[in-house]
Amino acid sequence: MPAAPILPSVGRAENGEVPLPERLILSAADVQRALARIAHEIVERNRGVETLVLLGIRSRGAPLAQRLRAKLLDLEGVEVPLGELDITLYRDDLADRRLAGQIGPSLVPVSLSGRRVILVDDVVFTGRSVRAALDAIMDYGRPSSVQLAVLIDRGHRELPIRPDYVGKNVPTARDEDVRVRLAETDGADEVVISRSNDAIGGAT
Amino acid sequence: MNRKDILDLDDFAADEIEQVIATAEAMREVLSRPIRRVPPLRGKTVVNLFYEASTRTRISFELAAKNLSADVVNVSASGSSVEKGESLIDTIKTVQALGADIVVIRHSMSGAPYLVAQHLRGSVINAGDGWHAHPTQALLDLFTVRQRFGRLHGLNAVIVGDILHSRVARSNIWGLTKMGVRVTLCGPPTLLPDLGSNGHRAGLPPVEISYDLDQAVRKADIIMALRIQKERQEGGLLPSLREYVKLYQVNEERLTRARPDALIMHPGPMNEGIEISPEAARGVRSVIEEQVTNGVAVRMALLYLLAAERSYVRVAS
Repeated sequence: MPAAPILPSVGRAENGEVPLPERLILSAADVQRALARIAHEIVERNRGVETLVLLGIRSRGAPLAQRLRAKLLDLEGVEVPLGELDITLYRDDLADRRLAGQIGPSLVPVSLSGRRVILVDDVVFTGRSVRAALDAIMDYGRPSSVQLAVLIDRGHRELPIRPDYVGKNVPTARDEDVRVRLAETDGADEVVISRSNDAIGGAT
Repeated sequence: MNRKDILDLDDFAADEIEQVIATAEAMREVLSRPIRRVPPLRGKTVVNLFYEASTRTRISFELAAKNLSADVVNVSASGSSVEKGESLIDTIKTVQALGADIVVIRHSMSGAPYLVAQHLRGSVINAGDGWHAHPTQALLDLFTVRQRFGRLHGLNAVIVGDILHSRVARSNIWGLTKMGVRVTLCGPPTLLPDLGSNGHRAGLPPVEISYDLDQAVRKADIIMALRIQKERQEGGLLPSLREYVKLYQVNEERLTRARPDALIMHPGPMNEGIEISPEAARGVRSVIEEQVTNGVAVRMALLYLLAAERSYVRVAS
């Protein structure tokens, strides 16, 4: 695949930072296709959707989990229970918590005991968010298994954590910043990569 | 939250109170889980320093700290070096040397937590000082009202009873008015603060005064009863408890004049049959039990917000 072109900056940079040049990794159509494939893989691996529950990690894992639920409904005709996890209280980077923003209540609609949990996040990077989410999940009961679905795997794991379903593997440098934008939270679907000027900003 | 201590609500901004309420909502969810324990205060030590009797506040703080995985030490005046004559400041120096990150203090002297805050590097939370302030009670009251009505701004609250000697009333007056709630104080004139001719007393935000509870409850969304201490009668401020009951007790008969969805609140401990009838305390409009549960959630939110801020400062410096 040819390298995607460097796009001109579109003035979307957060915090009033100087906008950085961004390179498109996934377009809106790519995001849709990746999620459709992940949904098929979930059904195949679990031989259906019985006892599944989808849990999205806030903030962008939550709308992704919701979309996977809609696709699973199309495929199997079953409404899979859907929840959202706020993992702030479980994070190990206490010092950065001030950057984490307002915490909110987690929404877990069913007991997780005996369920197969599909944990959903936008990007897996160091693995620390997933570690925190696993701790949170165990406080809701003892699931029979936990599987991890992510839109982007960008490498650089610091913990022994491996996703079961991946939209796209993206080799990155540590100081690069991968941003997933979704229609629900950002107006449109796209995944971009840029050179970071804030080493903490993109840690996921 | 950008502060070291929580001493009263007079220096809180409305958006800070909003932040506490939003964080307490997350903590309520933690309390509903099969395992009610989350790890953010692991390795932190919370010292409960209670110089005055307390059941619900002390237990509430203890549970809140434990639910956040903090280590908790309870110190009461009896059975400690305080009995041997140790001064408050010496006790604080000792507690600091033993590694306290957050000190929760209740003291019969108004202002004692302010003195402690000056001498402690860690955070101080005022769990009630004399007649002065009880900010965590006021915040849990605000949280409870907000949960029930979904808003605070524009509501009407009546606080009835011994306002003059009530730290709960004082902190609630600050908290409620900052959030846009109109406050009416109701009770016998001897138990109300003197507001002066312009209806405004230095040191308090603007409130209304009423001596007629039957009138005051008509427009109230919130009716908050305060405990009447029997010493008030001995001190000559009340002719008799019977007269107080007749004029100011919150009871079913009086509540027929109130809005059907008005909330009945009481900070506890209650003298049932004096300031509130047992039926009103347990009726459908009562949120008194919810106040107790919410107290744990709000105190978890405060401990969490203080600890998060302090660890940030420590790393940055």
